[in-house]
Amino acid sequence: MSLDALLLSRLQFAFTLAFHIIFPSFTIGLASFLAVLEALWLATRREAFQRLYLFWLKIFALSFGMGVVSGVVMSYEFGTNWSVFSKISAGVIGPLLAFEVLTAFFLEASFLGVMLFGWRRVGPGLHFAATCLVAFGTLVSAFWIISANSWMQYPVAFAALPDGRLTATDWVAVVFSPTFPERFAHMVLAAYLSTALMVGAASAFALWRDPRQSESRIALRMAVGMCLAVAPLQLLVGDASGKDITHRQPAKLAAIEGFWETRAGQPFHIVAWPDRGRQKNDFEVSIPKLGSWVTTGDAAATVKGLKAFAPRDRPPAAVVFWSFRIMVGLGLAMIGLGAWGALLWWRGGPERSRLFLAAAMLMGPAGFVAVIAGWTTAEVGRQPWVIYGVMRTASAASPVTAPEVSASLIAFLVVYAIVFAAGALYILRQIAQGPLAAEPPLAGTGAPGTPLAAATEPEP
Amino acid sequence: MSGLDLPLIWAGVIALAVLLYVLFDGFDLGVGILFAFARTPADRDTMMAAIAPYWDGNETWLVLGGGGLLAAFPGAYAALMPAFYLPIMLMLLALILRGVAFEFRSHGRRRGRAFWTFAFAAGSITAAVAQGFVLGGFIHGVTLKGGAFAGGPLDWASPYSFVVAAGVVAGYALLGAGWLMIKTRDALHGDARRWASLAAPAVALLLAAVSVATLFVHPQVASRWGWTDHGFDLSRLTRLAAIPAMGAAGLVTIAVGLARRSQGGPFVGAVVVFLSGYLGLAASFFPYVAPYGLTFRQAANTNSALALLFGALVIILPVILGYVAWVYWLFRGKVGADAGYH
Repeated sequence: MSLDALLLSRLQFAFTLAFHIIFPSFTIGLASFLAVLEALWLATRREAFQRLYLFWLKIFALSFGMGVVSGVVMSYEFGTNWSVFSKISAGVIGPLLAFEVLTAFFLEASFLGVMLFGWRRVGPGLHFAATCLVAFGTLVSAFWIISANSWMQYPVAFAALPDGRLTATDWVAVVFSPTFPERFAHMVLAAYLSTALMVGAASAFALWRDPRQSESRIALRMAVGMCLAVAPLQLLVGDASGKDITHRQPAKLAAIEGFWETRAGQPFHIVAWPDRGRQKNDFEVSIPKLGSWVTTGDAAATVKGLKAFAPRDRPPAAVVFWSFRIMVGLGLAMIGLGAWGALLWWRGGPERSRLFLAAAMLMGPAGFVAVIAGWTTAEVGRQPWVIYGVMRTASAASPVTAPEVSASLIAFLVVYAIVFAAGALYILRQIAQGPLAAEPPLAGTGAPGTPLAAATEPEP
Repeated sequence: MSGLDLPLIWAGVIALAVLLYVLFDGFDLGVGILFAFARTPADRDTMMAAIAPYWDGNETWLVLGGGGLLAAFPGAYAALMPAFYLPIMLMLLALILRGVAFEFRSHGRRRGRAFWTFAFAAGSITAAVAQGFVLGGFIHGVTLKGGAFAGGPLDWASPYSFVVAAGVVAGYALLGAGWLMIKTRDALHGDARRWASLAAPAVALLLAAVSVATLFVHPQVASRWGWTDHGFDLSRLTRLAAIPAMGAAGLVTIAVGLARRSQGGPFVGAVVVFLSGYLGLAASFFPYVAPYGLTFRQAANTNSALALLFGALVIILPVILGYVAWVYWLFRGKVGADAGYH
C-alpha cells in the first residue's frame, strides 16, 4: 500500500462516513417522532396527528433509503480499504458489527415495509407496533455501532494472539467499554436534537406563510419542547464524555483545547489556530484557568499538552480544535433556540415572532453539522491510531493501489452529489407543500407520494 | 460449545446467507433489469410496487454476507475484498442509485422521474454484472501471499468472468420475470411470461457454457468432477450427478410451467436452477473460501467470537426468518390498486 492509496482511503472513508451519518441521525430521531405521533393519533383520534405522521413518514422514507444504501457501503469498506484492520480486530469487534445486522437491520428493513405499505393490510395496533419496532431498530443499530466505535476509542478486555490478531477476553466488558455509556447517550440525544431542529424548521416555514396552520403549530411546539429539554441535557452528557477524554485520551483532549504545554491552570482558548510545525497557537483569544476547569472541574489542575506526546503520536490539532468548537457553538445555539421558543410559547405562541421562525429555519441543518463536527472531533482526535494505542491507521489499510481508490473516490463524489442533491430537493419539496398535502390514507386510491399517486397526478 | 465444529457451522451459515441474498435480491434486481423492457409507465409503477415492500429486507442479506464474513471469517473478508475492489465498488455504487430510485422515482417530476427510471434499470443491471465479475474472479482464483491479497487490481477481469456476468444478469432476469408472473395480471403478466421464456434458454445456455468453461479453465475444479490428471474418474462425477440433474429439473419445471400457464411454476423452477448452480459451486470449492489458498478453517475468527455469534444466532435467526416470512405473507397476492404506500 502506497502513501497515496492510504491518504485516498482515509479521504474516501471520511467522506462516505460523513455522508452516511446524516441519515441515521435523522432517521433515529424521526422514527421515534413517528412512533409518538402515531401513539397520539391512536389515543386522541385527532386528524392533525395522522396528517403529521403521514407528512413525516414520506420524509422518513426518503431519508431511510439514503441511509440504507450509504450504510451498505460502510460494511464493505472495512474490507475493501481497511482489510488489515478487519483481520486484526475481527476477534473483538466482528461480532458487534454482525449483531447490528442481526438485531437491527433486518428488523428495520422488514417493518419499514409494513409502515409504508401496510396501512390496508394490518390493523392500527399492528401498524403502530411496526412503527415502534422500526424506532427500536434504529436505536439498537446505534447501540452496536457506538459500542464498536467506543472500543476502538478506548480498547479494553482483549489480548493479542501470537499471529497479531486480537481476541476478546470478556465480552461484556468489550460491549460496555468505559466510554460507551456517555457516547451512546450523546449520539442518541444528538439524533433527537437534529430531528427536532428539522421538524422545527419545516414547521417554521409553514407558519411563516400561514401562522394559523394547525399541524405546524403542534409540530413546532413539539420541536421547541424537545430542544428545551434535550439541548441542555446534551451539554451535560457531552461534558461527561469530555471528562472521559481527559483521562482516557489525553492527546485528543490536548488537541481539542489547543494545549501545547503541560501545566497547571490551563487557559481556555475561545479562538486559536494550532500550528503543528511551530508547536504553538496563533491568534489566541483565551480565558485564564478556565481550560483546566472545563476539562477536569478544577481550575488549578495540571493538564497535559501536546508536547507531552511524541510528534508521531499527536492528532492534527487544528481540525480537532475547530470541529469541537463548531459542535459546542451549535449546541449552545440550540439551547438558546429552545429557551427562546419556550419563552415565546409561554407568552402566547412561538409563531407570533417572525424573527424566531427565521432563526428556527436557519437552525434546521445545525444538528447535522454538529453531528459531523462531533464525529470529526472523535475520529480525527483519535489519530494517528485506528484502535487507540494499539493499531495505527497507517498499518490498517488494504493492499490496494492509488488508481483504484482514486477511481472509487471520484465515483463516490459524483454519485453522492447526485443522490444528496436529489434527496434534499425532494425533502424540501415535501416541506414546501406542508403537512396539509398529506391526505388521510383512506381518502382515495394511492396516497400521496406513492408510485400510483404520482402517476395520476397532473404535471405541475 | 466445545463439541461443536463452529467454523464448519459458520461456513454453512454464511453460505446460507449468500444463497438467500442471491435468491431474494436476485428477483428484485431482476425486476430492475426487466424495467428497461416495460411497455408503459403504468407497467413500471406496478413492477416497482411488486418489490417495493421487500427490497430493503432483501438487501440486508448482502449486509449480513459482508458483516457476517467479517465476523466469522475475517481472513476471507480481508483477502477477498481488496481482490475484488473495483467490482465491489461498482456494485455498491449501482446499488445506491437503484436503491434510492424506489423513493426518488415517485417524487421526481418529468425529467427527475425519467432519470430515476433509467437509474433503477441501469443500476440493477450494473449491480448484477458487478456480482458476476466477483463470482468469475472468485472461481478464477485469488493470488494470496501470507493470507493477504497479493495480485493486481484487474485480476478478476477475464473473458471467463464476462460470461459469468452475463449468466448472472440472465439468471436474475429469469427470477424477476418469474416473480412478476406471480405478482401481476393481464398484459404485464403476459410480458413477464414472455421475458421468462426468453431468459430461461439464455440461462440454460450460459449455465452450461460457464460449467464447461470452468472445467477447461480450472483443473482443480475439473478434478472434483472426475477429469483428473490420470484420466476420467466416473465415480467422482456420479457422486455429484444430482447437482446438474437438479439444474435440469429446474429448467424442465420452468418449461412445463410456461407451457401450462402456471403462475408460480417458472419462479420455483428458477429457484431450483439457482440452487443447483450454487451447490455446484460449493461442491467445486469446498473447503476453500479464497480459491485456492485459504480454507474456511484458516480464515475463521477466534473460537470465542464464533461461539458468541453462534449463541446469538440460534436465538435471533429463527426470529428473523419468522418475521421475514410474515412480511412476505402479509403482502401476498397480486399487486392491486392499493399497492402504494398507506
